[in-house]
Amino acid sequence: MALMLVKFDLKKRVKLAQTVWFMYWFAVMAGVLVFSMGLFFKIELRKRSELMDNNESHFLPNLLILMGLIACGINAFGGKVCYDSLDPVKFAKWKPMLKNFLVFCVGFNALLFVTALLCFLMRIPLQFTLAEGLRNGMRFYKDTDTPGRCYMKRTLDQMQMDFRCCGNDNYRDWFEIQWVSNRYLDFSAKEVKDRIGSNVDGQYLMDGVPFSCCNPSSPRPCIQIQMTNNTAHYSYDHYTEELNVWSRGCSEALLSYYGGMLNTIGALVLLVTLLEIGVTIGLQYVDSSLSTLANPDDPESESEGWILEKTVKETFTDIMAKMKAMGKGSKVEEGGEAVATVS
Amino acid sequence: MRLLKMKFTQQRQVRLAQGLWLLSWLAVMCGIFVFFLGLYLKAELLRRAEVMDNSEIHVVPNILMMVGLASIGTNWVASRVCQDSLDMSRFPRWKAFLLAWFVVATLLCFLLLTVVVLSYALQGSLEESLKVGLRNGIRFYKDTDVPGRCFQKETIDHLQMEFRCCGNNNFRDWFEVQWVSNRYLDFTSKDIKDRIRSNVDGRYLLDGVPFSCCNPASPRPCLQYRLTDNSAHHSYDYQSEELNLYNRGCRKALIDYYMGLMNSTGPGVLSVILIQMSVVLSLRYLQTAVEGSLALEDPEGDSEGYILEKGLKETFEDLKVKVLTFLKFGQVDPSTAQDSPEASDPEKASDNTTGKAASTTPAS
Repeated sequence: MALMLVKFDLKKRVKLAQTVWFMYWFAVMAGVLVFSMGLFFKIELRKRSELMDNNESHFLPNLLILMGLIACGINAFGGKVCYDSLDPVKFAKWKPMLKNFLVFCVGFNALLFVTALLCFLMRIPLQFTLAEGLRNGMRFYKDTDTPGRCYMKRTLDQMQMDFRCCGNDNYRDWFEIQWVSNRYLDFSAKEVKDRIGSNVDGQYLMDGVPFSCCNPSSPRPCIQIQMTNNTAHYSYDHYTEELNVWSRGCSEALLSYYGGMLNTIGALVLLVTLLEIGVTIGLQYVDSSLSTLANPDDPESESEGWILEKTVKETFTDIMAKMKAMGKGSKVEEGGEAVATVS
Repeated sequence: MRLLKMKFTQQRQVRLAQGLWLLSWLAVMCGIFVFFLGLYLKAELLRRAEVMDNSEIHVVPNILMMVGLASIGTNWVASRVCQDSLDMSRFPRWKAFLLAWFVVATLLCFLLLTVVVLSYALQGSLEESLKVGLRNGIRFYKDTDVPGRCFQKETIDHLQMEFRCCGNNNFRDWFEVQWVSNRYLDFTSKDIKDRIRSNVDGRYLLDGVPFSCCNPASPRPCLQYRLTDNSAHHSYDYQSEELNLYNRGCRKALIDYYMGLMNSTGPGVLSVILIQMSVVLSLRYLQTAVEGSLALEDPEGDSEGYILEKGLKETFEDLKVKVLTFLKFGQVDPSTAQDSPEASDPEKASDNTTGKAASTTPAS
């Protein structure tokens, strides 16, 4: 008893072939979409790779690019097969490889589904990479004279302004590192000597943040230095002050930015997977309807189409038996026994 | 002597009609492009409307949008005329409209040309508008508690950060304005009292700038306050420091931005003008060729297409006479009313390039 049996006459077959051909062209465009999304994500990761310590994983965008290319290829091929299915002569040359092609398509669809799941899961490793990268980046903020790190200040400032964030988790991260270069510190001044003497590493720590943390929506001019000292500024209470600097941390801001991008890509890849499953089923119907013609010489005769020739259970046992037979056949035979027999 | 006449066989006529149909659809796309260009320009101008004093410059995107819409309609009509030109029974109904169509299409080309000219001519007006708008923005920077002006600070800060500029002409504009609100000044402090007393208006002026003037590309953390005091900061020279703040004034930055925008659209608009003119000329040829073959006894035979039936000078003279007669008709004058119909008849019979006369030609 076949799975989802449908009866076909010539008109229905032609309509089926046309619909599936049309769907294949949509699927080609969907493949292009997946490819371009992979490319876009790769470029976005590259743009901010400095903030991720240059060791972010490009596995997912590379996978998306590969899947997009393969999808374009097999959908174009499938479309050609559908187009030729209306002509029995042309279809005869595709017939032998169609079974293997369909199995390959099923495998590809499973892989596409796994890719979509990966898109949603990639958020987690990204979170760790971002936290680590930002922490290191902030330490190199002052090194504008060290080759290889001289642009870290500009990158961090630009990022804090673009993403409206400050520090790693919040603005207090800037209090724990020295972000003013030694070149601009007057070591003969008492205040500087006090600050350097106040901690073990001899770092110039201050309760201040760079200008890029400032929030333009604040009604008062930005307070960057002596932030924890209420008496240093008129009518200022650093516990209740909310609008002065950005309150969000940059790792949270970047994560939500990339997370949103990944969610969108994951949702789109899921939709593409559904489309691919649809065209695979369509092609299976085209193939089965053309191989069960009641009268092989008469193209106008009736036929049947199905998804699986037998029920799911029977097909599964068939596949298991085939695999067992193949396994037995590959063993070194003694006495000519154990010839692979297909049940 | 006809101007620029060409022979048209039936096949050539059909080819011309098909080619023109495609060209007119291309012109429709161009019309859509011009409309969206105008829309984009207007959106960009409106985004910064808070730092502009007047809206004279808005005439450029307004004209672009109008012309875009009008050219979509005009070129769609042209494509319909092309389709009907292949069918002899349907073409005559367009004869009355074609003169008006030519006038409208030429007017559109002329308007597009004016837009290109205006976008250069109005630069001075834009500069003036920005000068006043930015001056006001800087003056009202501190008024974050005054309704109607409370967003000036945020606007100016965002503007300076986005366009990488500071002040109106340069950063010293901030030295002349009180940009710290009185709410955040401790009037009991000596320093503040000194500063307020140091000028006539009693304003708190300082040699400092807001944080949005800071240049991220500077190797040292941003110096915002006591900019003219070299001893206030270690290893600092006010005269030679270049990277600390943005050097550009916001007026120049905005003008460069808008002029760049309009210059980059210049070639696009010029090519749209070219396409529109070629549609006009091709339609003229098609009209005269089809009318010529309609007039012939053999509809499949050859006919001539031309741009003007008589030479340029003669057509001009004809037009002048016609306009004068039209004006005479407008006057209430019983004596000329009898003379003018006779005077205008011979002209009407000889001039079959106008739509008014076109309806009489099939009869003759």
